Amino acid sequence: MPTRSISWVSKTLAVTRKDIVSEFRTRYAINAIVMFALVTLTVISFSVGLLSPSKEILSALFWVILFFASMSGLAQAFIKEEETGTAMILRLSCEGSIVFFGKMLFNFLLLLTLSILVVPLFIVFLKVVPTDWTLFIGAVLMGLIGLSGATTIIAAIVSKASVQGALFTVLSFPVLLPLLVAVIEITTVSFTGGTFADASAPLQLLVAYDVIMITLSSMLFDFVWRI
Amino acid sequence: MFELELKNVSKYFGARKVFENINLDLKSGQSLAIAGPNGSGKTTLLRIIIGLMVPTGGEVLFSKEKQKLDFDSYRPFLSLVGPYLSLYGSLTARENLKFISKVNGLMPSEEDIEKILEQVGLEGRGNDYFSDFSSGMQQRLKYAAALIKNPSILIFDEPTSNLDDEGKKRVFDIINRYRPDSIIIIATNEKEEYSLADSIYKLGE
Repeated sequence: MPTRSISWVSKTLAVTRKDIVSEFRTRYAINAIVMFALVTLTVISFSVGLLSPSKEILSALFWVILFFASMSGLAQAFIKEEETGTAMILRLSCEGSIVFFGKMLFNFLLLLTLSILVVPLFIVFLKVVPTDWTLFIGAVLMGLIGLSGATTIIAAIVSKASVQGALFTVLSFPVLLPLLVAVIEITTVSFTGGTFADASAPLQLLVAYDVIMITLSSMLFDFVWRI
Repeated sequence: MFELELKNVSKYFGARKVFENINLDLKSGQSLAIAGPNGSGKTTLLRIIIGLMVPTGGEVLFSKEKQKLDFDSYRPFLSLVGPYLSLYGSLTARENLKFISKVNGLMPSEEDIEKILEQVGLEGRGNDYFSDFSSGMQQRLKYAAALIKNPSILIFDEPTSNLDDEGKKRVFDIINRYRPDSIIIIATNEKEEYSLADSIYKLGE
């Protein structure tokens, strides 16, 4: 058979592409996270929208919606592989780093799609507009990178357990707490009209979190995934 | 020339012994059937050999031209077909083969894919979803996925399960074609499959 060497990036993108094609055909994860986000957003807008909550509370609510919506769907990336028996063919086909970054990119794209839907609705329903869009978009993107990195390795861990759904949220919360604290602070600054300097401490925490989480996860992934 | 060596391999699940002190040595061109009753540890031994389970004791060594290989280095040369391994139900047969080739670092042409599908009796079914196949046809596609890597080490767990007579004949032909150049390990209880191996290792005795 004629063959040629394929780069690490191409193999990683093949994993992401396979997940996107599967997701388009089954709509399992996207339906779960979008429906969860829309229902939560509607409930929040009806329950606290009329009370004129402070910008601090609104920024926390924004991330609560994204956090719990991601909890309802992101674990599927690995749970489905284990349940359908396809995980073994992946283990026998490529190294763990390819699977980790391929799945992480898929989770990131899933969260990005969710955010593109949720952000305009959040602004309309809760009548809050970021005064500093650059800071707000930066916080969302950096937050999604950290969220997808952490949830990818946690999903791989819980995919081998028997109570996957509950365990995923329980394990994710303490791991994601520093990230949530940082992004909520930055989002608050972007809502309240603060300067970039006001957000520099949580921004540093967020960047450090993303770098450490993704580096550690990719290093440890083989131990979680292979056996 | 590949060599697979098992040195004093043992497996316990808690206090329960599955097997103990297994020693095997196989080189390219040699084939082995692992036989034994249900629960004797055939699948466990295969999982240890392919590096997806850690033995309680002993070690599994792979080498190519006398050079020791770690898991990431021998994985590209290894293929497995087993009932617990599945392909992607939401992808077509062709998409499955392309994906598996790509993550293995291969780039087969459409012609290569058609040829592999023809070898396993799935010609003209490349655009059908894996989930729409019968269990026998799914088994055939698993063979196609294993063979597309052109492996040097082939491992089969119950190789003819779910296959009809024509499918069994194709599997026998495939295994016999790879026997002269590859290491072949077959875990089976079917006596007729013993003929596919040079020697038999009995577990649970």
